Amino acid sequence: MVKNMNIRKYDKIKKKLQNSTVGIAGLGGLGSNAAVALTRAGLGKLVLVDFDKVEKSNLDRQYYFTDQIGKLKTEAIAENIKKINPDVLVETHNIKLTKSSMDVFFKDVDVIIEALDNAETKTAFIEEILLKLPDKPVVAASGVAGYGHSDRIKTIRSGNLYICCDEQAKSSDDDILMAPRVCLMANWEANIALEIILGEDK
Amino acid sequence: MIEVNGRKVEWVKNETVTELLKRVKYTFPLVVVKINDKVVPKNCFSETIIPDNSRVAVIHMISGG
Repeated sequence: MVKNMNIRKYDKIKKKLQNSTVGIAGLGGLGSNAAVALTRAGLGKLVLVDFDKVEKSNLDRQYYFTDQIGKLKTEAIAENIKKINPDVLVETHNIKLTKSSMDVFFKDVDVIIEALDNAETKTAFIEEILLKLPDKPVVAASGVAGYGHSDRIKTIRSGNLYICCDEQAKSSDDDILMAPRVCLMANWEANIALEIILGEDK
Repeated sequence: MIEVNGRKVEWVKNETVTELLKRVKYTFPLVVVKINDKVVPKNCFSETIIPDNSRVAVIHMISGG
């Protein structure tokens, strides 16, 4: 009986995720790891935006490999996603998100993940998305730098905006970025996206 | 009375977002502000008046990603 319940839940989740799209702004430590987590979870489509190339210094926390150094992050992450699941639809945009056109690629996604790096861009992105796409759920992350203090991370919700944050963390300008905490928050963002798409896990 | 990030704060007549942020000592330069769940663009902080009984959310973003 329990087994049947699990199969029903599994089928329902699989179907729902296959028909869902998540947009990710930024493919650094947060974005690349969130994209991979959502791919493994069985999401049907990803819309990925970044302008940068993979650098050696990114490999301490971002989901890229040594043979991808110099490649566009959009191309490199699409390759890595296809290696995990070739059926995922991956739409990439190799472009820098700029004010007044931050929303253009995300109009048709179910959930938007903010995975940008500096506070100014994060703030501008969230503000513009909330203004232009007020009904769209947005998941953001704040305070990823440092190590340890996993228990300080929490989700703050304000309407359609969900922020995975450690309010006591230092800025990455004054602190180190390390894989465990960055990946923790990237996966936290992906986990919130799943919860928004699927509803609360009961 | 208004609520700022869940904390009860005295309402001040004709107070703008800029003035409120200063009064409650939110000195971070980079915040997203929502009044009753509606976002206030940064360039409107100095002219947007906070109505009484408002629920204000001040969201502070920290660099890193």
